[in-house]
Amino acid sequence: MSSPASTPSRRRGKRGRGGSNPPTPQDARSPPSQKRRTDDSTSTGDLQPMPTSPPADVQSPGAADALFSSPPQFRHSAIPLDFDISSPLTYGTPSSRVEGTPRSGVRGTPVRQRPDLGSARKARQVDLHSDGLAEDIVATEQSLGQKLVIWGTDVNVASCKEKFQRFLQCFIDPLDKEDEDIGLDLNEPRYMQRLQEINMVGEPFLNVNCDHLRSFDENLYRQLICYPQEVIPTFDMAANEIFFDRYPDSILEHQIQVRPYNALKTRNMRNLNPEDIDQLITISGMVIRSSQLIPEMQEAFFRCQVCAFTTRVEIDRGRIAEPSVCKNCNTTHSMALIHNRSMFSDKQMIKLQESPEDMPAGQTPHTVALFAHNDLVDKVQPGDRVNVTGIYRAVPIRVNPRVSSVNSVYKTHIDVIHYRKTDSKRLHCVDEETEQKRFTEERVEMLKELSKKADIYDRLALALAPSIYEHEDIKKGILLQLFGGSRKDFTHTGRGNFRAEINILLCGDPGTSKSQLLQYVYNLVPRGQYTSGKGSSAVGLTAYVMKDPETRQLVLQTGALVLSDNGICCIDEFDKMNESTRSVLHEVMEQQTLSIAKAGIICQLNARASILAAANPIESQWNPKKTTIENIQLPHTLLSRFDLIFLMLDPRDEAYDRCLARHLVSLYYQTEEKMEEEYMDMAVLRDYIAYARSYVNPRLGEEASQALIEAYVDMRKIGSGRGMVSAYPRQLESLIRLAEAHAKVRFSEKVETIDVEEAKRLHREALKQSATDPRTGIVDISILMTGMSATARKRKEELAQALRKLIQSKGKTPSLKYQQLLDDLRAQSDTAITKEMFEEVLRALADEDFLTVTGKTVRLL
Amino acid sequence: MPCVGDWLNSPLSIVQGIFAQNVPNSDWEKKVTEYFKEKLKENNATNWGVSLNDVPVHYLKPNSLVKFRCMVQDMFDPEFYMGVYETVDPNTNARVLHFGKYRDVAECGPQQEIDLNSSQTVTSERQTFYCVPVPGESAWVKEISFLTDPVQARVSPSTSYTPSRHKRSYEEDEDMDLHPSKQKEQHTGKSCCSGGDIHGCVEPKRLETEASAGHHVISPNCSPPLDLNFPLPGEKGPACLVKVYENWESFKVNDVLEVFGVLSVDPVLSIVNSEERDSSTLDPMECMDTAEEQRVHSPPASLVPRIHVILAQKLQHINPLLPACLKEEESKTCEFVSNFMSELSPVRAELLGFLTHALLGDSLAAEYLILHLISTVYARRDVLPLGKFAVNLSGCPRNGAFTEHLYRLIQQLVPASYHLRMSIESMNHSRFIPHKDYTANRLVSGLLQLASNTSLVIDETQLEQGQLDTAGVHNVTALGNLITWQKVDYDFNYHRMEFPCNINVLITSEGRSLLPSDCQVHLQPQIIPPNMEEYMSSLLTAVLPSVLNKFRIYLSLLRLLDYSISDEVTKAVEEDFVEMRKNNPESVTADDLHKMLLVARFLSLSAGQTTLSRERWLRAKQLEALRKARLQQQQSVNGNEL
Repeated sequence: MSSPASTPSRRRGKRGRGGSNPPTPQDARSPPSQKRRTDDSTSTGDLQPMPTSPPADVQSPGAADALFSSPPQFRHSAIPLDFDISSPLTYGTPSSRVEGTPRSGVRGTPVRQRPDLGSARKARQVDLHSDGLAEDIVATEQSLGQKLVIWGTDVNVASCKEKFQRFLQCFIDPLDKEDEDIGLDLNEPRYMQRLQEINMVGEPFLNVNCDHLRSFDENLYRQLICYPQEVIPTFDMAANEIFFDRYPDSILEHQIQVRPYNALKTRNMRNLNPEDIDQLITISGMVIRSSQLIPEMQEAFFRCQVCAFTTRVEIDRGRIAEPSVCKNCNTTHSMALIHNRSMFSDKQMIKLQESPEDMPAGQTPHTVALFAHNDLVDKVQPGDRVNVTGIYRAVPIRVNPRVSSVNSVYKTHIDVIHYRKTDSKRLHCVDEETEQKRFTEERVEMLKELSKKADIYDRLALALAPSIYEHEDIKKGILLQLFGGSRKDFTHTGRGNFRAEINILLCGDPGTSKSQLLQYVYNLVPRGQYTSGKGSSAVGLTAYVMKDPETRQLVLQTGALVLSDNGICCIDEFDKMNESTRSVLHEVMEQQTLSIAKAGIICQLNARASILAAANPIESQWNPKKTTIENIQLPHTLLSRFDLIFLMLDPRDEAYDRCLARHLVSLYYQTEEKMEEEYMDMAVLRDYIAYARSYVNPRLGEEASQALIEAYVDMRKIGSGRGMVSAYPRQLESLIRLAEAHAKVRFSEKVETIDVEEAKRLHREALKQSATDPRTGIVDISILMTGMSATARKRKEELAQALRKLIQSKGKTPSLKYQQLLDDLRAQSDTAITKEMFEEVLRALADEDFLTVTGKTVRLL
Repeated sequence: MPCVGDWLNSPLSIVQGIFAQNVPNSDWEKKVTEYFKEKLKENNATNWGVSLNDVPVHYLKPNSLVKFRCMVQDMFDPEFYMGVYETVDPNTNARVLHFGKYRDVAECGPQQEIDLNSSQTVTSERQTFYCVPVPGESAWVKEISFLTDPVQARVSPSTSYTPSRHKRSYEEDEDMDLHPSKQKEQHTGKSCCSGGDIHGCVEPKRLETEASAGHHVISPNCSPPLDLNFPLPGEKGPACLVKVYENWESFKVNDVLEVFGVLSVDPVLSIVNSEERDSSTLDPMECMDTAEEQRVHSPPASLVPRIHVILAQKLQHINPLLPACLKEEESKTCEFVSNFMSELSPVRAELLGFLTHALLGDSLAAEYLILHLISTVYARRDVLPLGKFAVNLSGCPRNGAFTEHLYRLIQQLVPASYHLRMSIESMNHSRFIPHKDYTANRLVSGLLQLASNTSLVIDETQLEQGQLDTAGVHNVTALGNLITWQKVDYDFNYHRMEFPCNINVLITSEGRSLLPSDCQVHLQPQIIPPNMEEYMSSLLTAVLPSVLNKFRIYLSLLRLLDYSISDEVTKAVEEDFVEMRKNNPESVTADDLHKMLLVARFLSLSAGQTTLSRERWLRAKQLEALRKARLQQQQSVNGNEL
């Protein structure tokens, strides 16, 4: 056991300084036990002066031995106790040398401290210049074999490192595809390719998915989760060895740092509890506040005022032990801090709030503080959704440094190791990932089981808004809207994205629970927005630019449509919306984007929102004698963008009334408990939709394509007999979307004929309601496409001709009485002519510059 | 063993006792709660103890057991604390175990140090709620709950504080700033934490300034140094940081709780924030919170005391005249309920008469007002709240006197209420929706953060023409949402969170209200008293206090009853509906049926019947018909209305 003696010399060589520091009493440390964890965490804001650094100098091994006699394994190795116990590298270095790391490469690359790992700092200092004495340690260690573990843990550095290296070199998972994996060959070791990337790009960070690690080695994963402070440096070391082995000439800014992410430990902030302290956790949340950059001193530089002797003191758990005696001239209190020569690292405090989805109803969100270090500073902004992987810490707050009593509350924070934004361009992919986590296997199994039921479509439609009676087709339409079609990309052919979202307009009598349906949908979908046409302006729907009161910068505030990207935007009182606001919708409803040019900000935002709108008829009661357009007074350009337009009318039918009454009465005496069952259904429905939306992406099958073509041709044919167009390509697109959505309901990857059948049926139903020409009783698509039925247009032309003839027959009278003319026309015509029709015709003639109407007289031109 | 009175005065010593007996195993915590539960049951919990609602903080003995009736206004993050810790005497190396539960400060003797690295240390978790007294709590609730306190409870405070019986008096006391007594108390508070000695001479003074600063909050014309975050303006009473040790997931924001716990006003807590900040900037924890956050999360203990909860229960209602928990199958409560039920109809008749007078002789409006006052959201069917019954009382005289006094009467009847006088000014400038302040990390309260079953009386008669700004529009929308969906969307800046609520909204207006409502009743005054003020106040004085109390019990109790409709009546209602539709489909819609069913429900309940009978149904139909006829009449009178 000559090793203890060797240690000091090694340390001295490594640190290149030293002197006569008196050995810090080791007994300040807590007794070695499994409680070391608390020790490490609690002592950070420490009361008693902690050992500023492990004794860097000669200390008799015997003393050390005597001090720590309890755990037998330590007796063999007094060495590690001489060092900082949390420094695995004290083991690691020698063994790595045995494995023959090419030192040259490593030597050229400076080590970067990892403040995120807390006090493991000294661990970073890989000693490569040590003298031959180090070989002794190797010998000792090898002789001790696998028994050596880091104090307080069960981590054996050598085996841990070796395992991790094997992981890096061997891990292949061809199935697991991540969005960062572009350009990776999934059949090759993934992380070796990553290292290659580091060599090329020069960003010395290796992100490791803990899930991979877990599938590779369960035990190693557990160690990582439980002892991140010790294990991650080991990983660093392993990665560096491999890297510099492969790319000895590579020049990096500093050594590679391993950043594990996606630890399965915790997903929700609410689940954090004292057991998680000092463990590696991953939580998701939203950044709500970030502090300014805080320079944190890493190494203080002191100079003696008397003899100008200089020394450096490393920060230890937030404190700097100011040397009271100059080691050179032995003057007391002569050392002064030189700021300019001290070393600082960047640090930032960030507040993370749990995401709204994770919050139980009726509670306020929890927040947790994060500390980001070095290059992770300013990586996230307030408002970002992130998944944070880091080490959870708790430190006691001292009430008053001069008083011994302590506030019994700990302050907690997370030292960030890895951020993963769930926002920005990754939005879609990562959403899927979180969803994947959300569904347990049983849940998925259950959903799949459910999807196999033959009547699943009807079942789901029934589960939708059970408090609203009947309106089955409308519910089915909304159901399909919730599922949505498949997204198709035609960018390369120049048409951009095809809209996958289905837009639905409900119009009808007031009091037919349209708003309630909207509210239900809004509450059902995760990214729903609810606005009222009356209360929203164009900017409220789209986006506006405002000056941030704090930073005085212009910021873009997004409105309802942008916020409901990938969701559903419910717009109530659609008809009350003013013209300019409505015009915004044109772009959103077809192109699914929103262009903004305001105050120097020109951009195009994604707004892939489905729109569910509700409109009331203009005369408060639906007039069955008028067309849809006339009833709701909306421009046909907008109406044609709705895939389905439903009428919610008050059916005057006894049987219906009876059922409705029974339905309502039951509402009024059922108690909360009975309704619980229904509520369960809502959760299932939500999951079902979420699952289908993220996993099922149906494509058109051959048969289905044929069926669609036939359906379209049929629709065209209906009208052609009467010389009018009865279907436009927009209708075909609608049909495709509906068919796809129906296939999604069945969890089917292929659109089949039954899907097309249902799409056709629903589309026809909706058309029957909304596009029936009240005069002829024929379904006429041009009502929606051009705002007027073909027969009406024809009729108007005929009437105009008749009027023209009538006027011309009157001879050269320059002006005519309005009422007189109307009466004459009526007398002449064999069908009834309303005043409105007459006025319309007059207007048409005025447009032709045939006449002008002033007040009650009509003048010829 | 501690003597009997100790569990009130020094509950911590009891806990210490139990702790010492059971130390190695962790079930001491359970034993503590059991002990206190037992004690409270013995001593009839409702009538027991010193309540923070009634007695100002500075009269209460620190570390004594207090109760507090409050609403959860905000929830802070959970905190980790030392559940069990060990102290070491550096001289003798003697180690002592302590418990940290129910305490803010880990205390230790003068010559001792806390061993932070001890293997015995147990870290536990607790949750902090920011609680305020129930917003809009009526004066009579305070008064009665105060009077029912046994005398012995009020002897226990450290000073000889004998509050007079009037409600106002103790607030006056408070304003007088009884410094000597307070100072004394702070010293007692400190004696338990040894280290404080060094600062002993400085702290009280500091605290005093803070305490008096606290009084400025109460005084209206001074800018408040610390916003206590009461939902309603002009509220008084102590805000409290309530530390909950178990089951905190079951509590929600806006829940009304009654908590029993250890009062902690340890002055050490107050020092943390201000002085220390600049001295040790190197401490990594210092930069964690902003100054605002510090202020909010650890305000001076004298201003916002802490209560460490031993027992907490959600309250169904805050009416002190009723047993606290009605669902319980206790013989006493059953007896109470059945007794009251037997004399229900005279009470109802009397109340109807009283309200008829209040509504200037309009008995139909009075009938509807009763229905409104006992309405409550009993369930939610997906998004639809069931059982809400917002009434719009139109045709109110334009001068404010009537509505003002009507509100005063209602205030006398319901446990919690708020009078919202709508004006362009108030709509534009008040804060209706609670919003999250991220710098201070708290939920800044708004007018609409109210506890369940609060009566919100909106007075529209004072509204003038004018322009609403953005805030005003938001406020009106929020009111509309509240009435229609019984929910308030709290503003979390980056997103909104929906909080369901259960608030009875009564709108008084001249014509039809601009806000939605479930039913509009047009007032038809039979008498126009020459002096409204005199008339209304004489009305109130004419009612015997005992009768008034009966009214109060009536309204609170009926709200809690269950209700059902038999199949038979369901059938009859169906028939009726079909019949009505057949005759005139325009006149009766699904909405009308909704309304009639609601009226029938509350009509039955108001007569103490828990099932719908055919007669009630007919009566409900009749009432509705009367109401509608009135509206139509009104419509034809001033044609363009409605």
